[in-house]
Amino acid sequence: MKESSDFEFDDLQGLLRFGYGKLTDTSFLLLNIVNADLAKKWLETAPISSAVTQDPPPETALQIAFSVEGLRVLGLEESVVEGFSDEFIVGMAGDESRSRRLGDIGSNAPQQWKWGGNAAQVPHVLLLLYATEGGIGAWQKTIEGEHFSNAFELLQELPTLYIGDIEPFGFPDSISQPTVDWMQRQSTDTHERDRYSNLLAPGEIVLGYRNEYGQYTARPLIDPRKDKLATMLPGAEDDPPLKDFGRNGTYLVLRQLGQDVPGFWQFLDQVADHIPEKREQLAAAMVGRELDGTPLVPAHIPGISRKEYENDFTYEQDPKGNYCPLGAHVRRSNPRTGDLPTSACGPVDRLIKILGFGQRPDEDLVASSRFHRLLRRGRTYGPALAPKDAVERHAPVAERGIQFICLVGNISRQFEFVQNAWTMNSKFDGVQDEKDPMLGNREPLMSGESTDHFNSPDPAGPMRTTCHLPQFVTTLGGGYFFMPGLRALKYISALPANRTGSPS
Amino acid sequence: MTPQSSFMIVAAVRNGQLKDLRALLASMNNLPGHADPNNELMPFGKFDRLHFARFVLIEARTAQEIRAFGVTPRPWQPTLAFLGDIDGDMQTFFLELIERAEPGLKKIFSHCEGFSEENQDLLGWMKANNINASATYVNWIGRTVRQIHEEAALHRSLSAYLPKTVDDVGRENVRALRQKLLSYVEMEKYKGRLTLTPPEPTPPEWKMRNLLHMIGVPLILLLLSPLLLVIALIFALRLRMLERSDPELFIRPSREHLAELTVQEDRDVSNQYSVFGDVKPGGVRLLTFKFVLLVTDYLARHIYNRGFLARIKTIHFARWVFMDNNHRVFFASNYDGSHESYMDDFINKVGWGLNLTFTNGVGYPTTRWIIKEGANREHAFKYTQRRHQIPTEVWYKAYPGLTAVDLARNSRIRQGVEIRQSNDAEIREWLSLI
Repeated sequence: MKESSDFEFDDLQGLLRFGYGKLTDTSFLLLNIVNADLAKKWLETAPISSAVTQDPPPETALQIAFSVEGLRVLGLEESVVEGFSDEFIVGMAGDESRSRRLGDIGSNAPQQWKWGGNAAQVPHVLLLLYATEGGIGAWQKTIEGEHFSNAFELLQELPTLYIGDIEPFGFPDSISQPTVDWMQRQSTDTHERDRYSNLLAPGEIVLGYRNEYGQYTARPLIDPRKDKLATMLPGAEDDPPLKDFGRNGTYLVLRQLGQDVPGFWQFLDQVADHIPEKREQLAAAMVGRELDGTPLVPAHIPGISRKEYENDFTYEQDPKGNYCPLGAHVRRSNPRTGDLPTSACGPVDRLIKILGFGQRPDEDLVASSRFHRLLRRGRTYGPALAPKDAVERHAPVAERGIQFICLVGNISRQFEFVQNAWTMNSKFDGVQDEKDPMLGNREPLMSGESTDHFNSPDPAGPMRTTCHLPQFVTTLGGGYFFMPGLRALKYISALPANRTGSPS
Repeated sequence: MTPQSSFMIVAAVRNGQLKDLRALLASMNNLPGHADPNNELMPFGKFDRLHFARFVLIEARTAQEIRAFGVTPRPWQPTLAFLGDIDGDMQTFFLELIERAEPGLKKIFSHCEGFSEENQDLLGWMKANNINASATYVNWIGRTVRQIHEEAALHRSLSAYLPKTVDDVGRENVRALRQKLLSYVEMEKYKGRLTLTPPEPTPPEWKMRNLLHMIGVPLILLLLSPLLLVIALIFALRLRMLERSDPELFIRPSREHLAELTVQEDRDVSNQYSVFGDVKPGGVRLLTFKFVLLVTDYLARHIYNRGFLARIKTIHFARWVFMDNNHRVFFASNYDGSHESYMDDFINKVGWGLNLTFTNGVGYPTTRWIIKEGANREHAFKYTQRRHQIPTEVWYKAYPGLTAVDLARNSRIRQGVEIRQSNDAEIREWLSLI
């Protein structure tokens, strides 16, 4: 394994390494390409930010990603496009079976989305602009330059608004993030690593590197003998004669999730008999963290406050969900499980575990979290509304929510798996017909069994059930994008003009 | 205890009849690939011994892959297979089939070779066309459809009643809670709203056969062990050579094929899976395959018969069947969750077991010492298993909405009604299940 410290950060778009948390002003633009030649001209000089650290930190940043149609319009050969995954090629809303898996049914159905809900509505380009407070207008002017307005048509500017490091319901957001093991120091072999670890192989997030299976995720590779232009691309580590169009790129999943903040807090207030402490307790149980971000598991190091360990814990001490309910949002989104149900002591114990013996019937239902991690880069929108104001009957109504963004190397094994097998699964970890209390839709099962409740296991015995949960989060739009490495961007902008098609 | 058994009636489809048959089978569905339990042809819902059933049109979509081994593909005529997993024996179930669905079955089978709708002895034909699996897996041997329904009703009833009881007596007084719940169950039973049928006595001849199998297989293996040990070494080396020289096929399934499969999936909490492919050429491969399945079948019958198959707790029923004179193999399973999670569970939890078995199938990713790598070559594995998967025309599950984990929990709840817990901790544990 390589031990050099010179990872190609200069070829990566910065979002893969930084959250740009200091750049609180953002503008997310959904664009269609109206003139491919001008678009490429613009792209040639566009100041796309790399992942190299700067001192002092930059005051602006620009990132770009393309939908499959966008890449086609820019003239990427179909043979190259076919190297991408099926999820990316078909799109988030392009297949009813996928929508069913993702829980995009009922009020979440793509037919009702504000954008991206059908093939004609999928934007070609996603442009992400970041600036320090008050700087976004000037930054937008700067990057647009001369060709922009003739090259692109603005379909929509997605709303974003910084309201502090919280999401609209009032909880701290993006605490649980994997740490990318850029130097590949950690082994991916399950023999050396059966515990949960937050360190993630770069191939899980960036294409062109080994993933957690020690394998290279499929991606477009180009033969430079057939395509001279491709010589500017990095080589494919696993297939040296070929050039790697995917290397240092990533899939970007974007979903606009509307959050009904007054609806959420008013429902809880009513269930909690208008007692603020009780209300917040129930909210914390649903989220899996307290309003200040403290996880609901017992501190695992005596004498040190849990707050300091907000991302350094597992649920091993809480198998039944007595502290943090099994169905709580953060537990579903990252169950923090290792490859074996509990760590093995010695080869015999290991064998017993591998053969499945000595387990409780409800144990080991969710394993190997490391294959299903997401690097999240979302931003909120809508005015802040504190819980104490949200419970008021005349709480100001506004569109609020999150522009959920995650970066992954494998959309189906990471984003779609988390969404389907964990978040929307009414049987996750053995729970009884309930979906994610925050994110879930409330559609009943095929058998007619309702799923609109939330159970909190209780050490005393009987579970505490909250019934008739309204839907708090609605999918309003979404799409799968590819965020190329910088050399791949150069390749795109250099694609010959005669290959360009017109937008279909 | 009523043991489970399975059947698989197989017949080649007459030339030119495939399209009609497909349309006829589709007419039994109310959702793509999902049977309407009350459909006229085959009213699955009327059979109270039937867990799962499916009609599959087995077509050799990947027949050309074997060319990579320098072998000419054998001809394969599209074949109809009717599979079911049932309580009790096959013979009496076939009689039930005839009693309730004779016209429908005749109509379906009339598309097959060797069947005439007018003057056919249906029972004899079904028995003659039934093929046995080399290995079968039953999640919980002895758990009947009737028991599943009764226990699900018990759970539903108790979970509706428990909150009221907690309001009355409080959640700390667990003994009083239990007492109230038990009296409630008695009352509901008395009123005829709940039934908890005691298990039937185990058929003595099944018991005897099972015992003989349990002792016999290891005994024979033990007797043969000196011979086996000698062969094993040569075999292992030969297998390793084959692993190194077998061509690796890395073919991506087409999006049309995937769409055909996924349209049937994720409509409920469980899904079905049917795969069909070629056995790798040569006696070493076939013998290895047969031996591994013999061991699998043994373990499934005598060890993994209580809710888990190694670390997997999501499979209800599964079977491995050799076809075409041992040249091809068919695998069918009924599992909980989405296809992606099923496969990821397989790779991460029992990749070694998959490798052992399917390394002998054409198109399976390269293994090392038959348990290493293989499924861990994630893309190659996911591509090949999807490529070899075939759509299931009609699928029936007797208990939609319930996973294997649900069934195990419901049984534990029932157990708690029938056997008194000895201490408060056990009562709490029982209450937490409801």
